[in-house]
Amino acid sequence: MTSDLVTYFPLRKARVHEVYGPGSLSFAAVAAAQAGGDVFWIRERWRPEILNPIGLSAYVDPSKFLIAQVKDQAEGLAVMEDALRDGHLSLVVMELGEPLGLTEGRRLQLAAKAGKTIGLCRIPEGMGSNAAETRWHCTPVFDRDDSTLQRWEITKNKSGTLGVWHVRWNTTSRRLNVVSPALK
Amino acid sequence: MRPIDGPFVLTFKQSNANRIYCLNAEAERQGLHRGMAYSDARAFCPDLQSRPADPIGDERFLNVLRRWATRYCPWVGLEGADGLVLDITGAAHLFGGEAMMVTDMRQRLSKAGFSVQIGFADTRGAAWGLAHYGEGLAETGRTLDALGPLPVMALRLEDKTVTALQRLGLRTISDLAGSPRAPLTRRFGPGLMMRLDQALGRQPEQITPLADPPHYGVRITLPDPIGLHDDVMAGTSRLLDSLCAKLKTREAGARILCLTLRRVDQEAQVVELRLARPLRDPQRILPLFERGVADVDAGFGIDQMRLEATQVLPLPAQQISSVTSSRKDQLEDLISRLGTRIGLENIQRVLPADSHIPERSFLVAPAAYSEPEGPWVALRPRPLSLFPPEPIAGVGAQPPKQFRWRRMSLSTARATGPERITPEWWLEDDNWRSGVRDYWHVETRQGRRLWLYYTPQNPGWFAQGEFV
Repeated sequence: MTSDLVTYFPLRKARVHEVYGPGSLSFAAVAAAQAGGDVFWIRERWRPEILNPIGLSAYVDPSKFLIAQVKDQAEGLAVMEDALRDGHLSLVVMELGEPLGLTEGRRLQLAAKAGKTIGLCRIPEGMGSNAAETRWHCTPVFDRDDSTLQRWEITKNKSGTLGVWHVRWNTTSRRLNVVSPALK
Repeated sequence: MRPIDGPFVLTFKQSNANRIYCLNAEAERQGLHRGMAYSDARAFCPDLQSRPADPIGDERFLNVLRRWATRYCPWVGLEGADGLVLDITGAAHLFGGEAMMVTDMRQRLSKAGFSVQIGFADTRGAAWGLAHYGEGLAETGRTLDALGPLPVMALRLEDKTVTALQRLGLRTISDLAGSPRAPLTRRFGPGLMMRLDQALGRQPEQITPLADPPHYGVRITLPDPIGLHDDVMAGTSRLLDSLCAKLKTREAGARILCLTLRRVDQEAQVVELRLARPLRDPQRILPLFERGVADVDAGFGIDQMRLEATQVLPLPAQQISSVTSSRKDQLEDLISRLGTRIGLENIQRVLPADSHIPERSFLVAPAAYSEPEGPWVALRPRPLSLFPPEPIAGVGAQPPKQFRWRRMSLSTARATGPERITPEWWLEDDNWRSGVRDYWHVETRQGRRLWLYYTPQNPGWFAQGEFV
């Protein structure tokens, strides 16, 4: 273990981060819970998967969520830039399907800086942008006594080191607990 | 529509039969009358032409006519579904006397293609009678002379009373006026004599003029055409100031605004702005126009700008205190601004709903037209993501030990369940045709945690969600 999760995890403010892997949805939910405030969720209209607010209520109050249904990624990026720049939201999450160019990534980063808002992109594996502040890989891990265990790994970090942690979400206290790796 | 010479009627469907709603003079001469069944009328008069009636359009038109009639006097009210009543006291001399005024009215209306019946008298009741049954002028102070020969129907009486009076032999108003009052009052109640007195001016009767509905539109005509973005925004700001002042006096807020920019070549460009909530604050509305105005093609220049609030809702003044935060306002401004880009209905929020069916346990509503609601209750663990059911291979009521899902080979390590959910029989839903479902929370050795279900009535295994 190189460093503490606390130095990276309540995600750094005024930056855009990336997350991928099967556990990326719960990472986003935990990030929303840590950020407090209003959350803007941008999704493309054609995607079959929907966010289930009942499941989300174990992490954060779903009434704080606003969902924008966009036509395609270009429209979504425009909405995300506007929402980041506005400065009244605490987190803007977008589901990306195509790789992000350096220009777009940088524009989002500048917008986040202007609005002091956290941006989070859920990306498909291997499609990260160079402009991202951190990139996380999240996978659920099977554990005999716990059904919320996850493995979070930083695979890119602009201002720090990489690291791996095993975490679990405590539903009753709504806190993230760092635990030791699961015993196989 | 061109004028029709022959008999013509408007029909209206009442209690499952087409009936005559209105007819022209030619049709009346052929023996048709209002309320007659349309099929009977066709039998009487084979060359009858007809159109469906539009009572709502008629009402709207009558209101237009009412507004027009205020050119004669300020007190204009509606009379029934097809009439206007004007109180021209003190206004007749402007048109050269009462007879000249009526002639002017008749000429203007017939030029516009209306057939009109005008009655003119000292009292409202007498004017009504004359307009409906005898068209003419009753000179001042001689109302009874003009009304006398008219039938008793001209007194705005009920049909039952009219029939009874006719049986008594009282057919005209002069008959009625000449009869002793006491027995008639005893027989028919005070209503009959009240109507007579109102017609003859012995009892007063007021008319209620309708107020003009407020008009929330302002415009500016420019001496020279403009085309720069900043100029157009400056013009919009000026229009917005006067519109918002108007809204403020009426304690209203605009929900939808429409900015029409007329160019010198007579083309018009329209910028529509839908707001997340009613507003009347120019500083907040103006920035929201930026995007729409930027898309406008000014051509050779814009020489007229018109701003109209097409949807206006009441917005009473509210107490501002240090406790209420401006956070909500700012969020709504953001919704409005993003709504101009992707459409206001595409920014949504979720609301709790009372159902056990996973996909119906929440509602998705446009954020601009709903308020956040709570509380959210999860009685049992629910997955974070839901997707349309994907079939997986499996037999029997217990979750399969090994299965493939999305090209991944997974093996079950722990399964929690079943949780049986039955379909809501009172709602038709094609997805729930397969009957009850037994839901299992399946944790795989590979890490993925899935929400599977088994349909015992129609054996099969499906994946519908993922806990992550």
